Amino acid sequence: MNRQTQKRLLGAAALVVAAVIWQIVAVYIVGRSFILPSVTDVAEAFVNLLGSGTLLTDAVVSLEHFGIGLIAALLLGVPIGILMGWFRVADFLLDPIIEILRPIPPLAWIPFAIIWFGLTTQAAGFVIFAGAFFPILTATYSAFRSVPKVFVEAGKVLGCDTSFELIRYVALPAALPAIASGIRIAMGVGWMCLVAAEMFGVSNYGLGYQLWHNYYLHQMPNVVVYMLILGFVGLAIDRIFRNYVDARLLRWHAGEVA
Amino acid sequence: MSGVTIRDLSKAFPRGDGTVTQALENVNLEIGDTEFICLVGPSGCGKTTLLRIIAGLETATSGSVTIDGRAVTGPDPKRGMVFQEYSLFPWRKVVDNVAFGLEMKGVGKAERRKTADRYIEMVGLSQFRDAYPFELSGGMRQRVAIARALANDPDVLLMDEPFGALDAQTRNRMQKELLSLWEQTKKTIVFVTHSVDEAVYLSTRIVVLSPRPGSVREVIPIPWQHPRDRTSTEFADVRRKVLRMIDETENAQ
Ligand SMILES: Nc1ncnc2c1ncn2[C@@H]1O[C@H](COP(=O)(O)OP(=O)(O)OP(=O)(O)O)[C@@H](O)[C@H]1O
Ligand SMILES: [Mg+2]
Repeated sequence: MNRQTQKRLLGAAALVVAAVIWQIVAVYIVGRSFILPSVTDVAEAFVNLLGSGTLLTDAVVSLEHFGIGLIAALLLGVPIGILMGWFRVADFLLDPIIEILRPIPPLAWIPFAIIWFGLTTQAAGFVIFAGAFFPILTATYSAFRSVPKVFVEAGKVLGCDTSFELIRYVALPAALPAIASGIRIAMGVGWMCLVAAEMFGVSNYGLGYQLWHNYYLHQMPNVVVYMLILGFVGLAIDRIFRNYVDARLLRWHAGEVA
Repeated sequence: MSGVTIRDLSKAFPRGDGTVTQALENVNLEIGDTEFICLVGPSGCGKTTLLRIIAGLETATSGSVTIDGRAVTGPDPKRGMVFQEYSLFPWRKVVDNVAFGLEMKGVGKAERRKTADRYIEMVGLSQFRDAYPFELSGGMRQRVAIARALANDPDVLLMDEPFGALDAQTRNRMQKELLSLWEQTKKTIVFVTHSVDEAVYLSTRIVVLSPRPGSVREVIPIPWQHPRDRTSTEFADVRRKVLRMIDETENAQ
């Protein structure tokens, strides 16, 4: 038996044991599905939800909120990070503003999200944006500040004569691995903001919305189903992004680091 | 094609405590068009600093560098540089590293890759054209860096110990390649080396710098035709003379 199958088997065994313990605790010790739904309650709820057919719509709506927030965070965070990392003046100008806004918890923006955007998809996107923007900005900024000088100088002697060319052909590719890790962190934060962003009724679908809706209906097995789906989708997003980055974008980087 | 005039050049680096490191002091040197100059001198005497000032990557504290009567104010692809340290772009394959300068000039992809391939072949790395720098050994990387500087076809080529990391055999081959390239293209070359043997083998003139602060201690013309015979007695005589001169410079300090 090789390492990989050993790892899989042990992992699966532990999962089964955890599920059995959960089932025993839920049925024989707690005994009330409202307080702790059992594994079978949750499985049943999952099958019912599959039948009723909104799971897919929920996932799509949530991904839409998430996508809007993340894309907005990328479109603003990367360029501002580049400006601040490359141009001293931009750094001096923007740094105080950023330092004041950054410690504000993303969810504290919810009131203004509603006032500015109403109960819309954009409002949910804005909350996710508030969570994802700063990790992307700071990662881009510090990645640009740590581009090795010799690369920039090599670029200059080889004919990059504008800041734009140096950024486009030297600094950005050099900074990309660090920016990609920043984006991964931002996606994690953004996904965590999703449940809260969908809490205040911007839509009648969405994984976060359904979580709250089923809580109000006291359908706790359904709540657990949505919790697990939130976890799985979050994991899948992270995996897909990481695989894409490692395989396509940054094949060179794997060989450069320990 | 270009000659380089260095006049009363001094460079002081400020240090944290308010004092300065005087790296170069009153360097005067007239480098003729198509010359092959070797700079030798003890470690820390300012050889790299001098090359960087000629390249336009560093500004002199006083004095000037002019090329064909025009003062150097900043980097220019007409002055190619092979850095002492590792400077390949790790995110580009060998061929795209070598083609970088041509890409900046706006040369189309097919054409610039063709040119790059020629230089890659010259440094003996055709098999590695699609490799990333991390897949190469230190000496191979340095050869790519040389090909990258050459592919840009500069008038003045500044080389900072380019063969320092190579084994003796590759080093000899690269020296021959560089000479034939220099004879074909008539570039002006300023070449830093720690090897007196290499300097005598390659250069039209050897410039011996004094220990820090560096200034020109001696200029030794080597008027022989290439290829030169390392085993000849004249060769050994000149090599001995230069070595003695470096020793004296260091002891005089
Ligand atoms: N950016 C810098 N800031 C401060 N001091 C510097 C800087 N670059 C070089 N120096 C100093 O200038 C002096 C000359 O350095 P340089 O690198 O030119 O020496 P070198 O002759 O190339 O040495 P080596 O043969 O070891 O490469 C050294 O004392 C060094 O400490
Ligand atoms: Mg040096």
